[in-house]
Amino acid sequence: MAKGILGTKLGMTQVFDEEGQLVPVTVVQCEPNVVLQKKTEENDGYEAVQLGYKDKPERLANRPELGHVRKADTSPKRYVKEIAGKELSNFEVGQEIRVNIFENREHVDVTGTSKGKGFQGNIKRHNQSTGPKTHGSHSYREPGATGTINPNRVMPGMKLPGHMGHETITIQNLEIVKVDEERNLLLIKGNVPGPKKSLVMVRRTVKEDPVEPLDPSRYVRQPASETAAEEPQESSE
Amino acid sequence: MSQQIISEVTKDHLRTDLPDFRPGDRVRVSVNIKEGARERVQDFDGLVIKRQGAGVSETFTVRKTSFGVGIERTFPVHTPSIKKIEVLTKGKVRRAKLNYIRGRSAKASRIKERR
Repeated sequence: MAKGILGTKLGMTQVFDEEGQLVPVTVVQCEPNVVLQKKTEENDGYEAVQLGYKDKPERLANRPELGHVRKADTSPKRYVKEIAGKELSNFEVGQEIRVNIFENREHVDVTGTSKGKGFQGNIKRHNQSTGPKTHGSHSYREPGATGTINPNRVMPGMKLPGHMGHETITIQNLEIVKVDEERNLLLIKGNVPGPKKSLVMVRRTVKEDPVEPLDPSRYVRQPASETAAEEPQESSE
Repeated sequence: MSQQIISEVTKDHLRTDLPDFRPGDRVRVSVNIKEGARERVQDFDGLVIKRQGAGVSETFTVRKTSFGVGIERTFPVHTPSIKKIEVLTKGKVRRAKLNYIRGRSAKASRIKERR
């Protein structure tokens, strides 16, 4: 897959683009993710990095967890997820991944858990249409026929009422309107799955070609003295 | 907390250079219009019949009658494409939304001036 980062959905608002048009955006807060483990082709059979997001108190972590995060020299993490692919493979265990791996106008896929809707009927759950309200109709919101009489059972896959929502949803090809490095925010055009405060994973979209593995030295925050020395060089380029 | 961050994000987009105006006021809105590569400024005169929303998403609606046809335009308050808003007269009204103006003739839709 791709380069990516874990974050929290904060909510939606609008901003003006360069042409003065109002653009609806979702604000996603991505506090620095820590690389907890690297999976390699030789060792694990595939390439991935394991990211930890959001600290949790040490009393909530068990011993194996504590040992795992100690290798990365960090505190226990509430969310731990893997992002497959080689694009982040140059990052070392313990290094931080920030929102600056993305740029303005880049396209991303966002994965989250959709809002739970509870037990819902066919009209809402499968977008079926209602029957007539009047003229003696008794099938206003009914699911209709359930199949042929012949097998004496309902065939698998029949659309029926049931639990709706609270499933993993990925929305592809959303545009990043702005990357706010200072506040660790991503402004993503349009909506993103899930309620506010929920965990989302933002990844480079699968609709575009993979990028070269990123060079961590460009993205990891240096001690203050080093960044001050580096900045003039970047501007001259 | 999260609402605070969101309002900070949009703070740069808010405009402070616009005059104070309310429903009932007559205004002249100068809007930038793009025609291909060219840009020009067009004025839209009329009565403010509502302001709705808050923060960066706030909009206002201006109504005018042109050749006997009522025309309403809604602008975002903070859009950069508004060059200038001029308040021509201030009106005295007792409602926030002047939707009742729509059905009325010119004579019946007069609004008292506020001073």
